Formats: sequence, structure tokens, C-alpha cells
Amino acid sequence: MAQLLSEIADGQEVRVISIASSVLRVKLLEMGLLEDQPIRVLFRAPLGDPLAIDVNGYVLSLRLSEAKLVSVSSKLEQV
Amino acid sequence: MKIALVGNPNTGKSSIFNMLTGLRQHVGNFPGVTVDVKTGDMRLGDNSASLVDLPGTYSIYPRSTDERVVYESLTVTKAEDQPDAVMVVLDTSNLQRNLLLAGQVYDLGLPTLFVLNMNDVAKRRGISVNEEGLRQHFPEAEIVSSNARAGMGKAAILEALQNLPERKTDRVEPCEMNDLPGQEEETVRRYKEIKKMLPSIESVVSKHDFTSKWDRILTHPVFGYAIFATILLIIFQFIFAFANYPMDLIDGAFSSFSSWTASAIPSGVFTDLLTEGVIPGIGGVVIFIPQIALLFFFIAILEETGYLARVVFIMDRLMRPLGLNGKSVVPMMSSVACAIPGVMAARTISDRKERLITILIAPLMSCSARIPVYTLLISLVIPQTKVWGVINAQGLVLFGLYFLGTVMALVVALILKMLIKTDEMGFLLLELPEYKSPRWGNVGLVVLEKVRVFVWDAGRIILAISIVLWALASYGPSERIQLAENQAIMTADGLGMNTAEKEQLVASAKLENSYIGIMGKGIEPAIAPLGYDWKIGISLITSFAAREVFVGSMATIYAVEDDGEKQTPLMEKMRQEKRSDGGPVYSLATGVSLMVFYAFAMMCMATLAVVKRETKGWKWPMVQLGYMSALAYFGALITYQILA
Repeated sequence: MAQLLSEIADGQEVRVISIASSVLRVKLLEMGLLEDQPIRVLFRAPLGDPLAIDVNGYVLSLRLSEAKLVSVSSKLEQV
Repeated sequence: MKIALVGNPNTGKSSIFNMLTGLRQHVGNFPGVTVDVKTGDMRLGDNSASLVDLPGTYSIYPRSTDERVVYESLTVTKAEDQPDAVMVVLDTSNLQRNLLLAGQVYDLGLPTLFVLNMNDVAKRRGISVNEEGLRQHFPEAEIVSSNARAGMGKAAILEALQNLPERKTDRVEPCEMNDLPGQEEETVRRYKEIKKMLPSIESVVSKHDFTSKWDRILTHPVFGYAIFATILLIIFQFIFAFANYPMDLIDGAFSSFSSWTASAIPSGVFTDLLTEGVIPGIGGVVIFIPQIALLFFFIAILEETGYLARVVFIMDRLMRPLGLNGKSVVPMMSSVACAIPGVMAARTISDRKERLITILIAPLMSCSARIPVYTLLISLVIPQTKVWGVINAQGLVLFGLYFLGTVMALVVALILKMLIKTDEMGFLLLELPEYKSPRWGNVGLVVLEKVRVFVWDAGRIILAISIVLWALASYGPSERIQLAENQAIMTADGLGMNTAEKEQLVASAKLENSYIGIMGKGIEPAIAPLGYDWKIGISLITSFAAREVFVGSMATIYAVEDDGEKQTPLMEKMRQEKRSDGGPVYSLATGVSLMVFYAFAMMCMATLAVVKRETKGWKWPMVQLGYMSALAYFGALITYQILA
């Protein structure tokens, strides 16, 4: 089932399905949020925003509004 | 030979730059680039080469003003503007993402060197890289490994740079800067290729686990902010405690140099220009170096350790409702030393609107040039009593002024957020680097660079204006100034004053009748409602060179010696000064009104010049001057009318 990255709880591992069309799309892709890329939500800033995720070996922080552009699926499901 | 240095942020790129160029660094222009970049000189065998440190970026397509420089300088089509070679620094522990930029740069067709850096971190994470495998995919690039933090790899890099082969393949034209669909398509295609080549380049033994207990504490809802507040407190405490000693030394040195010069060369216009314009002007610049150096020493440590990225992370949500960015914290902190490096530090903010607001509010943070003014006024009108039995009232007022500036900065940010229109979308997308211990060499070079920027960018403007102001204060309508001088001499002789007192009286009379004196009297009707007389008016005008000039001008006007430190004679005189109705001129109301004026007023030409450069036009510095002058005038007006 597809969810938005912004809705994923800390500690969960998911897979990127797609990134919504936006001026930020190319920047999110450049940071490694590619289709099928496994990512893990690590922790959130005090007010729940921004959040920090592990992308293939480095920690990326992004705002909730940016995470909303990323749809993800639970890791076990095949895309 | 000109070599461009590029790489992702946090790859140790600046360590490599420092390792190769050391102290031979300067800020200079680069063809095709609108912003200044750091350039360093190095020796390559028998030749010398310049290495251009381009800002860290994840791809050649820009997101911030900073990163635009990379695109502009690498994609220039005019042959003579192109760099002769490119050096790409790659973080070995994160090759996948680093190879995106490396591939883009490789395809530009310039002789290219890949430096695989941080192989110690990679080793710790169980990653080993096969240079041969990498070479197969980028056959025309030289490849070397280094560990710049440990100072390793310098010889290999220098040798490789001398042997860079000419490129045989053609340049692949990059996308246009605005061609987003083209860039998306290219990014996806490149990552597909990278994923295909990675198995032949690196082998990963174990997967790295990112559960940092430090992050749990430093981004904690309570401890996170408490720790940040404590660190700020310690830094400012430290600066106030230790910057005073070198500042007193500098002050003493410049005033004795000035009087020595006055006695050593024959008197005349040139001597006056030197002793009253140039030397105090330079002194007024140099005096701020200790504070600026100390503040950037701490900021550089926070940056080097990776903590600053966490500050951005926990502050972003709080700053956003005000139209700011988590990254606005660093420019605002810097502005407490001096707004000039603060304004320049805003370059890292990718969103145009957030960056602009940060620049516009930065000078409201109380900079070090305001301290001499505050100190004089506070000791003049605030009694040395204790509040609630423990807190020193004077200290409380000083703290209040810093607080006032910061709060006003945030309020103005909120207003600007509603006024400035944008169709861009603000974003953060920030890498949180691993924590590491600071490299003292890097810290030292950051301090040096910031001091150099301040001395050069602010210094030459402060110096130029202090010379103009010296001329305006030394000359006036010729008959008028001569008449005043003669009268002062007669008065002094009549009262039987000694030479020093006589000189001071003459200087005061000349200033009163100079062009500046006439201007000061001219603005008196406008500033009378704020509680100021023409003498304060003169000092307000001279403060446009730099705020702290206020103190020296006051000393001249009141015909007392500027002792540079405690200002005891000046304070005596100011205390005795009476208005026509018999009340003191420096009442509580006037004093506080002046402090509010200095807290808000944009009295720094150097900052305006830097804002003009950073925003590429006179529009925003004029907006800044306008709104801050209005704030200062009406803030002081309200303060005076309430207190009087």
C-alpha cells in the first residue's frame, strides 16, 4: 500500500515508489530518492518537522512538506 | 594553470583545499562567476597553479546562489574562461551519491582528477573501493586516494595533477539551468548507470547502522534547545570576557601611533589627514578583529564537528513561520559580531525569499560596533543599582538591548514574509554529516578568511568614509570657521587655559562650525522630538562611517580628551551638560532614546555595500536603509515621549 514518506513512523524501513511532480523533484532525485531505493526514517526534530532519514548510507533531513512529495511502500512489498 | 575543485558537501573538500594551498589563499574573481570564490595557489613541479574552491554541491545544477557558481564556472563556453582542469573530491563511504556529480563533471570534457577521500571512514564502515574498477568506467580520469583530515595524499594529488591527460572524447553539453524535466531525466539515467557500475567499484562487508545516541540528545525536544542555548551563552560569555584585552591593546597602540605621527612630521593638512582621518579610520576597523575572530573560531568548531547541521535541523521549524530557514541561524549568530560576514553567510540558503529576509534583518542583531556606544550611554544614564537584589541594572539594560535587536529582527522577518512575493517553494534538504572532532587547521583558516573579508570589504569602506567625514568635520565656510577658531583662542587665553585645554576648545569650536556641524544643527528640528540636540546630531551624522565613531565625535564636541577606554572626562562633561530649561541633556529619556536609535539604525555603509553586492542591486539595501531608519526614528521618538 502506498503511503507518503511524511506519514512513516520513526525506525520504519520503506521503499521509494515515486516522487510527485514538483520543482523539487530533481533535487530529491539528486539526493538519492530514486524509485525502488530503500530508506529508513531515523528521527524527527522536536516539533515533528523536519525528519531525518537514512538514504543508502547517509543521513538526509527534509521538511514534512518535502517528504509529502515522496510516496513509499512498505519494504516487503515488491514494486 | 587554473584548476576547479568540486565535490559534495561534507566530503572533506575544504580539508583538501587547505592541505594543498595552506596559507596561500585569497578571495578572488573567477571568470563567468558573479560571486567571489576562494582561490589558492600551489606549486605543480616547476609551474604554479591556482586552485579554485567552488562551493559544495550535489549536482552541477544549482539550488542556491552558492551552487549557481559551480554551474556558471564549469559550463562557460568561452574557451579562455574555462578552467584548465577539474578535481572532484568523492566521499568514499558514500560513492553512489558522489558519483552523480563526478559523472556530470567528467562529461564536461575537461581533464579530470577524482580524489577518493575519507577512506578511513569507509574502512570503518566496511566499504572497500577498487580504483581499477572505477577507472574502467571513467577511463580518461586520473584517480587517487587521500585522507585529507590526516594530511595524507598531498603528494599523490600533486603528481596526478601534473600528469593529467588531454581529453579525447567530446564534451557532453549539460542541460540548461531551467530545464527541470531534462535534469530529472538525466539524474535518473545517471543513477541507473551508477547502480550498474557500483558492484565492480566497491564491496560492502557490513551495513552501517545510524543510531547515534548523540543525535538523540542533541535533537531532543528539551535537551536539544537547552544545549544550544547553553552553547550560545558560553560563546558570548567567552567573547565578552576575552576580546576586551586585545581590543584595549589595539586601541592604545593606534592612539599612541597617531600622536607619535602628529609629533614626528611637520603639521599641515596632510598630517591632519593622517592623524585624524586615516590612522583612526584603520584603527576603527582593526579594533573589531578580536571579536570577529573569536566568534568565527567557535562557529567554525561547531561547523567542523557537524553540530551546526543539527542546529539547522532543530531550528528550521521554529524559524519557518517567520519566513526564515533553519540555515538563517548561522547568519544571525555571525551578525552579533558583524553583519557583513552574516550577510555573506546567507548564501547557503537556497530559497530566494528566505535568503533575502535573512539578509534584510541581519543588521538588527546587535553587532560589536554598537558596544562602545551602549557602554557609554549606559554608564551615563543607568544607575549602578541592583535589580531584585542580585542583577546589575546596567548589565540588564545591555542584555535588554541585545534582546530588543533580536526580537525586532524576528518581527521584521514576519512582516517581510507577508510583503515579499515569491513563486518559488522554500526547501531544506540538508545532509546531517557524521560527528567528528574539529581539524584545528581548518578552523584557523576559516577565522583568517572571515577576518580578511571583514577587513577588506568593510574596512576599505569604513576607511573611505572616515576620510570623507574627516574632511567635512575639518572644513567649513572659510570665514566662519576662522572666526570661530579666533574666538575660541581668545576665550581660552582669557580663562588662562593650558595648551591641551586650549587645543580641545579650538577643536570643538571648529567642529561646531564645520560642514558637519552645520549639518548637525540643520537636523536639530527633526531630532529634537527624540530628545537630541545638535551636538548629538553631529555624532549621529559621523556615525555613518561606523557606529562607534559616535564616542570619538562626542569627545571632540565636548572638547575633552578621548581616552579611548573609560571615557571618564567625556562622561563628566556630558553629565554636566544642561538644557535651556536647566534639566540635564543626558536624562534617562534621552539616553534610552539614543540606545533604541542605535539598536535599530542602519548606520553602517559597509553593510549596505555588501548587501548591494549580495542582492545584485541597490533596491534591497535602500529598502533596508529605509525601514531601519524609520524603525530607529519612531522607536526613539516613542521611547523619548514615554520616558520624558
